Amino acid sequence: MEDLKTFLIEKVLTFESDTLSPDTEKVLQQVRREKTDKPVIFISSGTSSVIAGSEKTFSAIESYIKDNGPPAGLVHVGCTGPATYEPLVCIQIPGKNKLYFRNITEEKVEPLLNGVFHNDINTDDLAGQTGTKGFELWSGIPFMDELPFFKKQKRVILSNCGCYDPESIEEYIARGGYRAFIKAIRHYTFEEVCDIIERSGLRGRSGGGYLTGLKWRHALNTSSNARYLICNAKESDPGAFTDRTILESDPHRLIEGIAIASYAIGASNAVIFMRSGSDHAKNRLQKAIDRAREYGLFGHNIYSSGYNLDINIRVEPGAFVCGEETALINTLEGKRGMPQLKPPYPTTAGLFGKPTVINNVETLMNVPLIMQNGPEWFRAIGTENSPGTKVFALAGKGRLSGVVEVEMGTTIRSILDDIADGIREGREFKAIQLGGASGSFITEENLDVKIDYEALRDKGIGMGAGGFVIIDENTCMVDLVRYYMEFIRNESCGKCIPCREGTGRMLEILESVIRKPLNEESGTTLERFKGVMQLETIASVMKDTSLCGLGQTAPNPFISALKNFRDEFEEHIFDRKCRANICRGLRTFSIDVDRCTGCTACASKCPVNAIYGTRLQPFFIVEEKCIGCGICFDICKFSAINVK
Amino acid sequence: MSADLDIILKKYKQGKREDLIPLLQEIQEVMGHISEEAIVKIGSFLGLSTTKIYGLATFYDRFRFFPSGKIKISICHGTSCFLNGSQLIIDKIKEETGVAQGHTTRDGNFSYEIVSCMGGCCNGPVININGKYHTHVKAEQLPELIKRLKYVIEND
Repeated sequence: MEDLKTFLIEKVLTFESDTLSPDTEKVLQQVRREKTDKPVIFISSGTSSVIAGSEKTFSAIESYIKDNGPPAGLVHVGCTGPATYEPLVCIQIPGKNKLYFRNITEEKVEPLLNGVFHNDINTDDLAGQTGTKGFELWSGIPFMDELPFFKKQKRVILSNCGCYDPESIEEYIARGGYRAFIKAIRHYTFEEVCDIIERSGLRGRSGGGYLTGLKWRHALNTSSNARYLICNAKESDPGAFTDRTILESDPHRLIEGIAIASYAIGASNAVIFMRSGSDHAKNRLQKAIDRAREYGLFGHNIYSSGYNLDINIRVEPGAFVCGEETALINTLEGKRGMPQLKPPYPTTAGLFGKPTVINNVETLMNVPLIMQNGPEWFRAIGTENSPGTKVFALAGKGRLSGVVEVEMGTTIRSILDDIADGIREGREFKAIQLGGASGSFITEENLDVKIDYEALRDKGIGMGAGGFVIIDENTCMVDLVRYYMEFIRNESCGKCIPCREGTGRMLEILESVIRKPLNEESGTTLERFKGVMQLETIASVMKDTSLCGLGQTAPNPFISALKNFRDEFEEHIFDRKCRANICRGLRTFSIDVDRCTGCTACASKCPVNAIYGTRLQPFFIVEEKCIGCGICFDICKFSAINVK
Repeated sequence: MSADLDIILKKYKQGKREDLIPLLQEIQEVMGHISEEAIVKIGSFLGLSTTKIYGLATFYDRFRFFPSGKIKISICHGTSCFLNGSQLIIDKIKEETGVAQGHTTRDGNFSYEIVSCMGGCCNGPVININGKYHTHVKAEQLPELIKRLKYVIEND
């Protein structure tokens, strides 16, 4: 191990020429596990795989190999992307292409490995193969990158995800890692690095789309005795998991990106600000940082360049608003995480009053690649104004979900139809929600809009940080808007009145729309309608007068839902109906006389005793008593309960 | 108890304001919750008034001021789980345990919290019970599950 470390440092990291010697390449091939003399089994081990049961699969494979298998290597890798295929197992037989098998749960391990080791492969679970030059092909098996899920993607920053053991720095170095950082600190000045990134046209991926190089230059040009770099890995939108996947699958590239960014602005302290509750990602990242420190990539006078850098992880203590730049800085300073008025921007006075650059995970992941391949390479990807790629977390009702990366300029329709493979169970498409609790809905008519900051902004849609939720006809938009509003209401920091009071009031009105009137006097149609008219006014006031982005964007889901699904709102208000049958307060239940056998199952479970009848005769529901809980519907074995 | 506290405090030699949140987090990790004693000690250590510390700690969701239950349930309420019906799960667990989120039942057995996304979006609704994930959870399974868990701890 120690030999390999010295070898990698001398022959790879500090090797001056861009092309490595053939002898070095041979060793690196082995480190990358491309040349092996025994089979290697790779198991994905991100959070989504663990939830799907990959740990059980891992131990099943381990015991299989121990008991009856040929000697084989077993490696944890990051997530490849399609979460629906988890637990994903990849098997590499020496000299042959890698084979991917999907949904390999514990009990499938034995038949699968029996098949693979005796050349009788079960094609039911097979996802595809990936090729390495000079390796034997498996005939009749599709290539992974030709599957619809991967074909429309352009995996640049996710290129390493699922390919290597995230805890092994050696493998990352063998894949060309950390050379860009060492080259930067040895050969470039601060300005030159800023210049390269500025020329590449990289824009912040957190939603705003500000030019990253320009931001760095602002911080660099502010004279100060200390500067800070913060990597914002907070990602607290409900339904977004791109950053977490990256942290779990390729922590080293992120660390390299942070190191280069810190160098570019002359910062000697970097902080990674993580969300709470993702311990798996935190442990991986901590291990990666410790390994990088062993290789001398952090500390004092790094590789005799005269540059010092230290990096720390801080975990947020649980507040959505901490993702906002100034609130994040307050949290790091040990104060309440409340936003402040800008300017001054963090690039002039940020953490402890010093110039601070805050970049998110995805932005920083691009940096090592731009340094390796040059700004022109990056400019060639994507569109004129938005070069590069964008990572999305596909979730919701699509047939496939997972983390995907597409070239800027791809249409939303292509992500929905090709990558996500349409809607689950053949249901009707309703909308796509981009950008989580502060994003907006995209309906059928806007599906051809391209992923590009300007194109989306023209349609009034925010890019968001990576949430891509597919919504089908079985979702009630009013209820969904209420859900987002409840989330924001709980997370509002309470500093400014429009956000604190506005979110609470909006939630109250939305709840009155989906609640059953408790008696005839309260909650009349007129009052509900007045409430909805006020909703629009409240929304515009919040948009104009809130202090930070959280409050300003909080009404977005409502505004865009009202614009696109006005009929659904009106149905709730006037007809007191929910077409998706989601709003429990608006459901009415009745018993189908022909189907009811009088088994008494529903009557005995009804919490308010609203069901009456005689045994073995059809029962009936007293509507005035019914609270619409739906227990009778769930319990009836004869589908005799009708819901309206 | 206070020995643990002293060990943690010793790690933060200089005791600056920015150490407050990591300190509270570490104390919670070691002791399970932040006690009154801990807040008083931190106050004298950092030179901050206890009201300030309490004010900060209550601002954030993750800090607890009383012990959590023997069985800790986290329920994912991210968008994807919500679309798959996590609200029903939350209601059911609330009904079964009889306490609000973040609180502990009187017998000290159960406490539950609602989190925003666990990352198991295609397997929703997802809940986590003492570190073990349960996927595709249905509300009607929960009473049985909770009864079983209760039986296990009471007979342990």
